[in-house]
Amino acid sequence: MTDQSITDNDLHAYVDGELDAARRAEVEAHLAANPAAAKIVRGYRSLNRDLHEAFDDVLNEPLPHAMVRVARRRPLEAMRRIAAALVLVAAGAAGGWALNDVTSPQNDSLAAAFPARAGIIHSTYYAERRHAVEVAAGEKPHLVAWLSKRLGTDVEIPDLSEAGFQLVGGRMLPGESKPAAHFLYEDIEGDRISLYMRHGDTGGRDTAFSFASTGVVGVYYWINGPTGYAVAGGVEREVLLKAAKIVYRQLGY
Amino acid sequence: MQEKDRLIIEQIPRLRRYARALTGNTHAAEDLVQDCLERAWKKFHLWQTGSSMRAWMFTIMHNIYVNQVRKAVSRPTVVALNEWTDDRGVKPVQEKRVEVRNVGAALEMLPEEQRAVVLLVGLEELSYQEVAKVLGIPMGTVMSRLSRGREKLRSLVEESGVVVKDTVTEK
Repeated sequence: MTDQSITDNDLHAYVDGELDAARRAEVEAHLAANPAAAKIVRGYRSLNRDLHEAFDDVLNEPLPHAMVRVARRRPLEAMRRIAAALVLVAAGAAGGWALNDVTSPQNDSLAAAFPARAGIIHSTYYAERRHAVEVAAGEKPHLVAWLSKRLGTDVEIPDLSEAGFQLVGGRMLPGESKPAAHFLYEDIEGDRISLYMRHGDTGGRDTAFSFASTGVVGVYYWINGPTGYAVAGGVEREVLLKAAKIVYRQLGY
Repeated sequence: MQEKDRLIIEQIPRLRRYARALTGNTHAAEDLVQDCLERAWKKFHLWQTGSSMRAWMFTIMHNIYVNQVRKAVSRPTVVALNEWTDDRGVKPVQEKRVEVRNVGAALEMLPEEQRAVVLLVGLEELSYQEVAKVLGIPMGTVMSRLSRGREKLRSLVEESGVVVKDTVTEK
């Protein structure tokens, strides 16, 4: 019997062991009745055998010393990263207390505290797996509506796929005197960057597109009237800049 | 720490095999694996315990490779003339025929994106879902690249004689 519903994709999936038992049985029946299809399947199988014959020897080659050395290297880099993040948190926390103590708002220090706060927030959430965000990207319309209402402005969530980052989700956080928004993005390797947004409590002083860094976490930020944006991450600086430029462009500044 | 060492070192043979097949060049392949190992160490904290270390490292290696290919396209490397003729130029007919019968030579004729899918599925035996994740493409795209890539590879291997003749007469 010839099953019309069997496609070329099924034949590939059959060869690659991707079918469940029921579908596999259907394909096998189809192959038994259909020599042309059976020949195609033999062809794919022999191709896989050719690939193994041509390249499996590499598996048995002794490992070059250089590779083993790299693979065994202690992750000093990672430890330095964590240490620097802690320094940043400490500095930011001290700044926060100082600000609470002054009675008249000092706009300059408020503007300076903004990127530091973005860095702290990023360091806090970027390694979080289970509770990285309050509202996941799947509920984006809800996230936008909720944060727009709480921040008192139309919140837009930029699309950073051009820079290789997809939205993980977002959360509400306290700003200086009003709620602020935090969005987390992730690339294919699991690297993350943050977009931190504040509205109405930035000190009202415009700041040009600027860069601040602890040496580990970099922050691109700008304040435009009542709204401040910061893009923070521990990724390569060009990568972060690319993402920040997209945010800058998409949000219309 | 010992556990991390082991997890990463365990992947090296397969990474090397894939890199060799993908680049078709021993030196380029070893460099690629080396870069991948360095990056994996740097980013080890991003690996999610319990997820496939192999798929994660293949993802890293693929990204490095794609960036290298992109750079090479925008700024082509200068190949010395004698090197060029040694590698890709005309060789005695018999030798060339043997070479193209080799699946490795046929692989080089596939578009890079199809080659990656054919190798990850056929050689590395990753599941379609893992391949989609490694390459950052939807399942449907994995299927269509696999189907086109395999079909082309099969015809190249089967009709290698014709391909050789074309290459030689082009001289």
